Amino acid sequence: MKHVKFLFSLILLIPVLIISNEIYDQTANEARGLEIAKEVDVRDTGFNNSVVELEMILRNKQGQESRREMRNKTLEVDGDGDKSLVIFDKPRDVKGTAFLSFTHKEGPDDQWLYLPALKRVKRIASNNKSGPFMGSEFAYEDISSQEVEKYTYKFIKEEQLNGIDCYIVERYPVDKKSGYTRQVVWYDQVKYIPHKIIFYDRKNDLLKTLTYHDYEQYLDKYWRASKFEMVNHQTNKSTDLLFKDYKFQIGLTDRDFDKNSLKRAR
Amino acid sequence: MQIKKFLFLLIFLFSINISAQELSGLIATESRLFPESPLNDKQVGTYNLSFSFKPELYYELDNGDHSFLFVPFLRWDLNDEERTHFDIRELFWLYYSNDYEIRVGIRKVFWGVTESSHLVDVINQTDFVEDIDGEQKLGQPMINFAYIQDWGTLDLFVLPYFRERTFAGEEGRFRFPLLIDTDNELYESEDDKNHLDFAARYTNTFGDFDVGISHFVGTSREPRFIPAFSQGVTRLVPFYDLINQTGIDIQYTTGGWLWKFEGITRHSRAQRFFAFTGGFEYTFPDINGSGIDVGVITEYLFDDRDQQNLPSNPFDNHIFIGSRLAFNDVQSTDLLVGSVINHETGSMFLNLEGSRRIGESFKLNLRIRGFANIDEEELFYGFRKDSYSQVELEWYF
Repeated sequence: MKHVKFLFSLILLIPVLIISNEIYDQTANEARGLEIAKEVDVRDTGFNNSVVELEMILRNKQGQESRREMRNKTLEVDGDGDKSLVIFDKPRDVKGTAFLSFTHKEGPDDQWLYLPALKRVKRIASNNKSGPFMGSEFAYEDISSQEVEKYTYKFIKEEQLNGIDCYIVERYPVDKKSGYTRQVVWYDQVKYIPHKIIFYDRKNDLLKTLTYHDYEQYLDKYWRASKFEMVNHQTNKSTDLLFKDYKFQIGLTDRDFDKNSLKRAR
Repeated sequence: MQIKKFLFLLIFLFSINISAQELSGLIATESRLFPESPLNDKQVGTYNLSFSFKPELYYELDNGDHSFLFVPFLRWDLNDEERTHFDIRELFWLYYSNDYEIRVGIRKVFWGVTESSHLVDVINQTDFVEDIDGEQKLGQPMINFAYIQDWGTLDLFVLPYFRERTFAGEEGRFRFPLLIDTDNELYESEDDKNHLDFAARYTNTFGDFDVGISHFVGTSREPRFIPAFSQGVTRLVPFYDLINQTGIDIQYTTGGWLWKFEGITRHSRAQRFFAFTGGFEYTFPDINGSGIDVGVITEYLFDDRDQQNLPSNPFDNHIFIGSRLAFNDVQSTDLLVGSVINHETGSMFLNLEGSRRIGESFKLNLRIRGFANIDEEELFYGFRKDSYSQVELEWYF
């Protein structure tokens, strides 16, 4: 009888063990996902400031193109998200328009817009995460500074992508106003940089795929892709972002990222 | 005369070395349709055509530490000779250092946060023939020193020359029954338009609050009118008082909310009065994943000035309700509809502004302005037949 009881208890314990094992796996995968995201962040820390020229090519379903040109200045902030200033050059009717944002690890970002025709600096609402940036397939949340704290993570598996060993990590936006339920990211196992992101919308349907191309290394440390390609699977529209003339550590300070700098931006 | 001056400037502009400069700008054609006959049969009838030209020349030295900007502006109007005018919108030199900026020349400056009125914004004169919304401004000569510190930005202005407000001529719409005599203005100051004006403004951001405090001493940009009889006609002569005006503007930004307030107190010989505009704008972003943002705006406008002895403010106890639509599409289509209402008399001023890019360098602007149920007491009673729709095509180069 005792043996039977023992056996019976063992049988009862099996599902408990399986569940706890799963819980263990889950927390272990969450921890590993977070660890990878942190490593990605650490390896990209310390560039201090940078400036880059951007060209955006928007394509509609029929393949018709529309172009945008802008410049982006970035300043790292100790213990918080980056500051960034985007100055628009083309199309010509928005020339001189400038967008200043202070990203924060937690809580909403601070954003100001400069309208050159009215000479007006406007503080704008930062609750727009999911809306399109300049009519493109990039949402505001796609182009803003990617802070570790903006997502929770789960490691999925290791997989090769175009012959490169990658970690696949799922991440889940913390902000409820995000347009996504989840993103699946392919991180390079050696360089800790993203190669691909698949976005799922609020209904968890496949929405967009972002791929990174032609990475180049700067200051012997920081990897920057020369091209981002975003394809929207629901609308068949796409946007390419081309980066050129990256410059790092050019002496930008907080003064280059204040409301006065918006009025000076050209 | 003004056109000659302008052509001379253009020749000058192209004759100097352009190699390290940037030339851009826009040319626009504007058509206006007035469905109602004017009050006075000398005024424009149903249709008006107008052209404008605004080139922009920019020059940079020392990696941008020094820069120079020149923006002349020309408007030619088919009917109203007062509306055909030339102005230097901007012509200034900027020096930029780590904790200060100096600007010397002709400039446009904007102060404030609210949408339906701009009480705090006193530096530039309104170019009223350009647009009756008060947002088009004449270039103001100035020396501006901006001191930028951790505790905020302090801007000091010396304004050595006064610009008179522009008003529609005899053939123009948007005029009062009596013509305004824009050639014989009167000033409280003995120095007339050469009176030296001063202004100071402090701005800073405290977390979710953006705050500005300003003070202006000098000739009021708003005139009052004195009837004068000469050569058999009675005209209104603009009179510009000396004023002291203190203003404050605050915006509190949280989530999709923008809470806005602008208040002024102005002192002139006749009276000290108080005025404010306050309200909110709330934005619903990316409605149902469409990419379209919808904003709702509500503001209350109050002004307790003595409207008889001071320059009139048409909005002294009015409510503004509006909505802003941004389609966030490739053509950057947007639409703003709004109405300023006097809730006691029912007078309504309606406004619709839309714009859309065409191709890479054209932009189409649509504007509809309506005056409905205008009470005799309202300042713009004279505009009651001047509702119009406008289509403007801009070419950017």
